[in-house]
Amino acid sequence: MGGMAAPQVAPVETPATDDVPAPDRQWVTIVWDDPVNLMTYVTWVFQKLFGYSRERAEQLMLDVHHKGRAVVSTGARERMEHDASQLHAYGLWATVDRS
Amino acid sequence: MFRRQAGRYVATFAVDEVRVLRKVASEVVGLLTDGFDHTDPVVGRLFPAVYPKDASGTAEFRRYTEGDLKTAKIDQAGAILAALPDEAGGEVRLDAEAAEAWLRALNDARLAMGVRLEIKDGTDLGEELDDAVTEDPGSSRVFQLSVYAYLGYLQESLLNALID
Repeated sequence: MGGMAAPQVAPVETPATDDVPAPDRQWVTIVWDDPVNLMTYVTWVFQKLFGYSRERAEQLMLDVHHKGRAVVSTGARERMEHDASQLHAYGLWATVDRS
Repeated sequence: MFRRQAGRYVATFAVDEVRVLRKVASEVVGLLTDGFDHTDPVVGRLFPAVYPKDASGTAEFRRYTEGDLKTAKIDQAGAILAALPDEAGGEVRLDAEAAEAWLRALNDARLAMGVRLEIKDGTDLGEELDDAVTEDPGSSRVFQLSVYAYLGYLQESLLNALID
């Protein structure tokens, strides 16, 4: 889990490449459709929490509604868990997964 | 229903509405305190498994986040109780922060009721209510469905007042 101190190890030479697997981009937060949340409310939450434009938030809400789920944010695992817990505070059904 | 007035979100409630709101907010608080039970489907919906296929990852996440989430949900239900007039009808005036707490709390109450009432995608609330009335107009299901519909209207009116 995030927030824990890394084990103490000797510094390792980092490979001289830009293609290092990017753990920071391997996780996503997913919001799932549910029969209770109002569409206007879900749109408002996306704008509020992620600062998305009205258009982008509405499109995400429609994706959730029609496709059953939508990826609402992408990034480091710790960050995605933070997003999911925020979404839970607003009552949205959010999960975290590898992208 | 809510409207915006000089930077505040204002609604006038009849005594019956105050009683209903007090009841549903208290029930949410009860669910999150004495009655807290992960096997209750309502608790399952308010605190979803963050890793549906990874029980230990979910348990770990809960260990770090559940206390705060529970406190937040109790506080937002408390915002409803704090703003309601005592045992009478009257006006409620909310600042932006309280309005958002109300929105989240109304949503929690609707989620809880939605699970108990087995609301599904495509459930036609009017039809459900008609069926329940035909079966027994005095039933608890008729009351619960009416409250659920009422909370939806109230939440939507507050949201519209906030967005306008």
